[in-house]
Amino acid sequence: MDESQYFSEQHHAVREMVRAFAQDEVLPVAAKHDEEATFPWENIKRMGELGLLGVPWPEEVGGAGLDLTSYILAIHEMAKVDASHAITISAHTTLGTSPIFYFGTAAQKAAYLPLLASGKVLGGFGLTEPDAGSDAGGTRTTAVRKNGHYVLNGAKRFITHGSVGEVFVATAVTDPSKGTKGISSFILTKETCDLAKAREVGVGHDDSITPLAGFRAGKKEDKLGWRASDTSELIMEDVEVPAENLLGEEGMGFINFMRTLDAGRIGIAALSLGLAEGAFQAALKYSTERKQFGQAIVNFQGISFPLADMATEIEAGKHLLYAATRLAQEGRPFGKEAAMAKLFCSELSMRATIKSIQIHGGYGYTKDYPVERMMRDAKICEIGEGTSEVQRLVIARHLLRELAD
Amino acid sequence: MKIAVCIKRVPVMEVKFAIAKDGASVDETGLKYDVNDFDLWAVEAALQLNEKNAPGEVTVISLGPDAASEQIRKALSMGADKGVLLKADKVPGDAFAVAEALAAELKAGAYDVILFGKKSIDFDNSATGAMVGELLGLPVVTGVSKLEIAGGKGTAHRAVEGGVEVLEFPLPAIVTVDEGLNKERLPSLKGIMAAKKKPLETKPAQLGGAGVTVSKMELPPERAAGRIVGEGAAAVPELVRLLQSEAKVL
Ligand SMILES: Cc1cc2nc3c(=O)[nH]c(=O)nc-3n(C[C@H](O)[C@H](O)[C@H](O)COP(=O)(O)OP(=O)(O)OC[C@H]3O[C@@H](n4cnc5c(N)ncnc54)[C@H](O)[C@@H]3O)c2cc1C
Ligand SMILES: Cc1cc2nc3c(=O)[nH]c(=O)nc-3n(C[C@H](O)[C@H](O)[C@H](O)COP(=O)(O)OP(=O)(O)OC[C@H]3O[C@@H](n4cnc5c(N)ncnc54)[C@H](O)[C@@H]3O)c2cc1C
Repeated sequence: MDESQYFSEQHHAVREMVRAFAQDEVLPVAAKHDEEATFPWENIKRMGELGLLGVPWPEEVGGAGLDLTSYILAIHEMAKVDASHAITISAHTTLGTSPIFYFGTAAQKAAYLPLLASGKVLGGFGLTEPDAGSDAGGTRTTAVRKNGHYVLNGAKRFITHGSVGEVFVATAVTDPSKGTKGISSFILTKETCDLAKAREVGVGHDDSITPLAGFRAGKKEDKLGWRASDTSELIMEDVEVPAENLLGEEGMGFINFMRTLDAGRIGIAALSLGLAEGAFQAALKYSTERKQFGQAIVNFQGISFPLADMATEIEAGKHLLYAATRLAQEGRPFGKEAAMAKLFCSELSMRATIKSIQIHGGYGYTKDYPVERMMRDAKICEIGEGTSEVQRLVIARHLLRELAD
Repeated sequence: MKIAVCIKRVPVMEVKFAIAKDGASVDETGLKYDVNDFDLWAVEAALQLNEKNAPGEVTVISLGPDAASEQIRKALSMGADKGVLLKADKVPGDAFAVAEALAAELKAGAYDVILFGKKSIDFDNSATGAMVGELLGLPVVTGVSKLEIAGGKGTAHRAVEGGVEVLEFPLPAIVTVDEGLNKERLPSLKGIMAAKKKPLETKPAQLGGAGVTVSKMELPPERAAGRIVGEGAAAVPELVRLLQSEAKVL
């Protein structure tokens, strides 16, 4: 691919830095964090220092001040080595921070962006509920206005950084008579569940954040993949939320969160593509080293053809991904392209990781090689931030809208 | 304190090299480039010295083609303050020709410390830093694995056979950096952003005349496959015989 159509010299510098960090500091611990399902706090600190937890935000608020392409490249490159670290970047930045950046008041931005953009504390996004998954507009959490604050009751399910994070944006119904236009969003704060560890490493907690009584993390999920990423329930029991924590206008919560997910999907596409590429590179290398029947197995078309297919699909995925990124960067409509990139790249990550295991034979099925972890990490890409079915729904809706125009 | 670091653009080594048509140079098609490893450690050393002896300034100088500006930017993104590209489309194989151009540039800079890598991983000459020292009439310490600068003088450790040599020297001086002095930092994204705005001056390299030219390059002969002569003690006599008569190492 002629990368100059998407990348400048600076983008290459970003990629080179992330690659070096991933190889030197993430790879050595990735298998252990996966095995033990532990959160990589030491690397969270390093990612904050390197600017990876606030790539697209201006320097004034503590971000790195880079463009969206740089941000997407960082997720893409990280996922070649470890998807859990990559989703931490994506979920913290797009899901946790961007709603405050785009929809927050000056006071909200001043209070939270410096902490989030620098990686001092982790953020999260509470949309999904036990009874509102794909149908995210089916939110049951309620927010009732009372004496100058809102009282929230309900639960959020599968929230990335639910346990480890301190700053969350979440939806709740403020006016049940208005359907999705009666859903608002709020900034909710609590203390990290890993307080001792956070104090030890120096990131993950900040004393300036006031924990809201009645707001806490629930069960931490034990997952197939993304095991070094924290996914937990969030529980709200009569939480008194100050009115100044309303994020965006009342009634705009669902709409704003759907916009956030459009951007989030580009991140998941990047993560998926990184997984596919990591698995492809591993398979290519292995196939030239492994000898059976007196020769390297790559000499058999049964091996080289799937490699050729993987490389072709990765090339296609790159164009989908970086073309959607460019649209978003230029402020043009990108919802359809983001859904297409997410759909294609996430399904590709599953195909590619399975093929990679196949090429590795029995060795690929063991934990001695990283491809089995990659396959487990790939599956959620077809589910999170809208399942593949939901991506098809979104794309089809765009098609019908275009037809009507 | 003013510090200069000389860095070289070198090919990334994890590839199979081919010899160009002229038979005396490397075929550059498809090669990727980076900063010479030893020079990265020199940059890191300069940044650490600068942090300890603030206020100061770190200038990075590279002699090479236009593309070497990429390597200078990398050093700037790590934290160096400014860069100078001494432009030469072809870098001469003779270290002295390069040393003369670097010395001409360094002379005007009034630097307190001038750092080099001990050697470049492409041509392995280990000569440039020492030659520049000679041309500028400055003290030179080569292959340094520990470095301190304080009170207008320097202390350096060099690994020597079976021990360590500790040297003291006045400033200004030239120091060439060995492996083990430090591990270079990764540039942060803020550093990468800032590097774009830092000054990078380009001027033609005033190369000296080359006393030495490369007349021919050859790839090492293909290594023959290994041979297993047997197992356990029974194989020893045959092994000894082969080591004596064939390999001629005993
Ligand atoms: C590891 C992980 C991290 C997550 N992080 C977050 C987070 O940070 N924040 C957050 O809010 N959520 C998060 N989620 C939730 C995630 O977005 C949801 O799991 C996802 O949207 C699917 O919802 P569900 O699990 O309730 O499945 P369901 O919606 O119950 O779907 C079940 C199946 O039905 C299909 N389906 C549903 N409706 C239709 C339809 N109309 N047509 C065709 N098929 C349909 C789905 O595609 C799916 O195959 C996370 C989930 C996981 C597993
Ligand atoms: C969980 C597990 C349990 C097992 N249990 C047993 C057991 O009880 N007893 C036992 O003896 N073995 C057992 N095995 C070994 C298993 O049978 C081998 O892993 C399998 O036969 C593949 O061999 P391999 O792993 O060496 O892969 P390889 O033979 O190296 O194959 C690597 C890849 O190359 C492909 N390939 C190889 N040759 C060709 C060709 N000529 N043309 C096209 N493609 C080719 C393969 O299909 C595969 O995709 C087990 C393996 C596992 C993972």
